[in-house]
Amino acid sequence: MEAKTKDLWVFIETNEDGSPQRVGLELLNPGRMMADKQGGKLVGVVIGNNIADTAKQASIYGADTVICVEGAEYQHYTTDAYVKALYHLITKYAPTTVMIGATNNGRDLGPRLSARLQTGLTADCTSLDIDEETGNVAWTRPAFGGNLMATIMCPDHRPQCGTVRPGVFKRPEAGEDKAEYIKEEFHVAPEEIRTTLVEVVKEAAGELVDLEGAEVIVAGGRGVGGPEGFEPLKELAETLGGVVGASRAAVDAGWIPHAHQVGQTGKTVGPKIYVAAGISGAIQHVAGMSSSKYIIAVNKDEDAAIFNIADYGIVGDLFEVIPALNAEIKKLKA
Amino acid sequence: MNILVCVKQVPDTTQIKIDPVKHTLIREGVPAILNPFDGYALEAAARIKDKDPATKIVVVTMGPPQASAVLKECVGIAADKGYLVTGRTFGGSDTLATSYILSHAIKKIEETEGKFDAIFCGKQAIDGDTAQVGPEIAEWLDLPQVTYGLECFATEDGLNVNKEIDGGYEVVNVKLPCLVTFTMPSFEPRYPTIKRKLMANKAKFVELGDDFDPTMDAAHYGLNGSPTHVKKSFTPPVKEGGMKIKEETGEESAKKLAGILVDKNIV
Repeated sequence: MEAKTKDLWVFIETNEDGSPQRVGLELLNPGRMMADKQGGKLVGVVIGNNIADTAKQASIYGADTVICVEGAEYQHYTTDAYVKALYHLITKYAPTTVMIGATNNGRDLGPRLSARLQTGLTADCTSLDIDEETGNVAWTRPAFGGNLMATIMCPDHRPQCGTVRPGVFKRPEAGEDKAEYIKEEFHVAPEEIRTTLVEVVKEAAGELVDLEGAEVIVAGGRGVGGPEGFEPLKELAETLGGVVGASRAAVDAGWIPHAHQVGQTGKTVGPKIYVAAGISGAIQHVAGMSSSKYIIAVNKDEDAAIFNIADYGIVGDLFEVIPALNAEIKKLKA
Repeated sequence: MNILVCVKQVPDTTQIKIDPVKHTLIREGVPAILNPFDGYALEAAARIKDKDPATKIVVVTMGPPQASAVLKECVGIAADKGYLVTGRTFGGSDTLATSYILSHAIKKIEETEGKFDAIFCGKQAIDGDTAQVGPEIAEWLDLPQVTYGLECFATEDGLNVNKEIDGGYEVVNVKLPCLVTFTMPSFEPRYPTIKRKLMANKAKFVELGDDFDPTMDAAHYGLNGSPTHVKKSFTPPVKEGGMKIKEETGEESAKKLAGILVDKNIV
């Protein structure tokens, strides 16, 4: 289809309670820069149930226009309802660019939507810009397990679509609530939704961990040696107001649940501080945490690959270093 | 149940190294393997067949002729038949174009194998990591989809898919026919048995070449039929200026680092 506007859309995914997924608000940050370069508006698109507050947040964090679609059928994400609603909106308003957070739902939605629109999608971007020569979005993403970066463009199809990894961009500074709000009435009949939620099975209490939203992550790998080896890491994480992460090796060994896993088969994170304790630094792990602001590595092996990306590396035994680090920070901050 | 599993031959990305001087991927000597996520999809199909031996499992792959090695591997594990989609004009296809070709191949294969009740794919391939081809096939074929499957079970009117979510899983019921993509489950997928390996060595695979479906529109596949184009690729920049601390004892190193972190207001 043809773009009728130069607008850039950010899809802001909502949770069941109507609150926004963090990445949606994060995308308003690069979205503003790109919309300005494209010469169009920055539009936040909010779909869900009880979304008034999220719509307002989209405005406060920089959207010029906020389009809302509200209904009980959108409370729990389904591919069929969300693709129908977004397809309706996009064909009606014809933006030039659509960005979606690369959450599990975003990665379910993006390809299905772009196929229906018969346009290109670039998945899991970690860097975004507008190509000066052509005005196309230059979507940059990792491939080959993080070994290679590719910059991809979609020159002849509109809208150009991309999913962007959570945690890569910081949410913009809050401003005034001055967006234009557009309420779109669009509903999807139950029989058009071909999947049904039967039940939700949560792992044991206390195992929900918000890695993507964490400011500080203290992660352990093979070097922690067993489930009890995570105790000093937990203590340091508590001191720093963070959470505990893990490499695949530690998860596969059964020392800590998968929910804590960072890396290619786990979560992609971008905290302010990432402490990698007893983690060798396999490329699959690094792919999930290399955008952290400060990387601190603790490893006995002086040649461990993790030191190549660390801002601060300590060569030593983590069971000596981590408790001492914890004690010293507590002392200095007291 | 009649199940099709879509698989891809990929370079083992865990064994790819970077040329330290030229900053390019060293692909030589990197083994070509069955994409691990596709292996989980095949395992999910095999588990359905364990319970219902009347189940037929067909595998399809798209790639160069040597990609038939993964079809053989799948027969060794659990598949009954394999199809190879291979053609020079298919080269350079992006995900949308690939899914266009595969959706036509699936219709072609159904002429021989009958309608598929379910199409299983890996969540993503470990070389491209896009996770797009599965949902795009589902769109071309107008099938309901469930992504991030861990395991699934046949029910009276469809499949119950355990779908991975943060902190657990959802059970999602989906009507047939459907498409499901699979991620890493908590169990180990099965290995080929000797008996099945011998069978796989004798297996012949049907080839679908450039012109397997004359109704396909060349504007939708190959390099020219792909909406996205790679403008450039490069190896990620190496972080420089890192500081290594190695005092007499771990405790001293920790004290030194704590001092720096507090001084610089990092913590």
